[in-house]
Amino acid sequence: MPTTRLDATFTALADPTRRAILARLAKGEATVMELVAPFKMSQPAISKHLKVLERAGLISRGREAQKRPCRIETQPLAEANQWLESYRQLWEANFDRLDDLLDELKKKPKKS
Amino acid sequence: MKNSLKITTPTDREIVITRMFNAPRELVWDTMSKPELLKRWLFAPPGWEMTVCEDDPRVGGRFRWAWNGPDGPVMSMTGVYREIVPPERAVRTETFEFGCVPQSGEQLATLVLTEQGEKTLLTLTVLYPSKEARDGAIASGMERGLGAGYDRLDELLKLSPGHRLSAFDLG
Repeated sequence: MPTTRLDATFTALADPTRRAILARLAKGEATVMELVAPFKMSQPAISKHLKVLERAGLISRGREAQKRPCRIETQPLAEANQWLESYRQLWEANFDRLDDLLDELKKKPKKS
Repeated sequence: MKNSLKITTPTDREIVITRMFNAPRELVWDTMSKPELLKRWLFAPPGWEMTVCEDDPRVGGRFRWAWNGPDGPVMSMTGVYREIVPPERAVRTETFEFGCVPQSGEQLATLVLTEQGEKTLLTLTVLYPSKEARDGAIASGMERGLGAGYDRLDELLKLSPGHRLSAFDLG
């Protein structure tokens, strides 16, 4: 797992605006101007966020000089997701067993 | 319905796990502090057995637990209790060993149990000595081959606008 890439992904995802931009792009590509309106931010501010996302490989930009539509790139997200996923499964398995144990203990008459 | 598990990485050196349990706090505390109950659920996949070598649950007390797999010893966890406030809070140092290989340094685990009506919210914060150690601990979940993992990406991408897209929030 390339750690530097993961770092870039997580840094990019650490910001709520950038996550919201990704959620918007998950529904389809959009130009900077199309992103400015719903986010109530200036164009330079949105462009700055887009640069961070682009550097992290989370989005790519079209070649069209004027519009340069942004689209989401899913691979880094999948990697970041997978990174925590196995760890999550380990704890999920632990806590599923614990749920069963707690159910069992709740049924037992309380010893004083 | 199953309660969802949340894992977040608020800083470079931390992992925070939160999970709700449908049981009173005293009961949850028992399952976290009594070795005979702990061995029923903690890292206990089929074929594994936890043996408590040593346990002295008071401030300054040491513990040493070990797990055996079908082919012999798998890993052990040792440490010292720093704080114990039943049934709500425990802080202890932890060092894992896999086979003969010690893990990279000591980690500090803080367990907090919060009452929420009939339920109990568990918050486990693990502070690692370094970012590398933290990342290594997460990666070890993969190496142990606990399933290839289903891809939750589809779910992430189905989020409605305004909803936060968060790889930190996998619960």
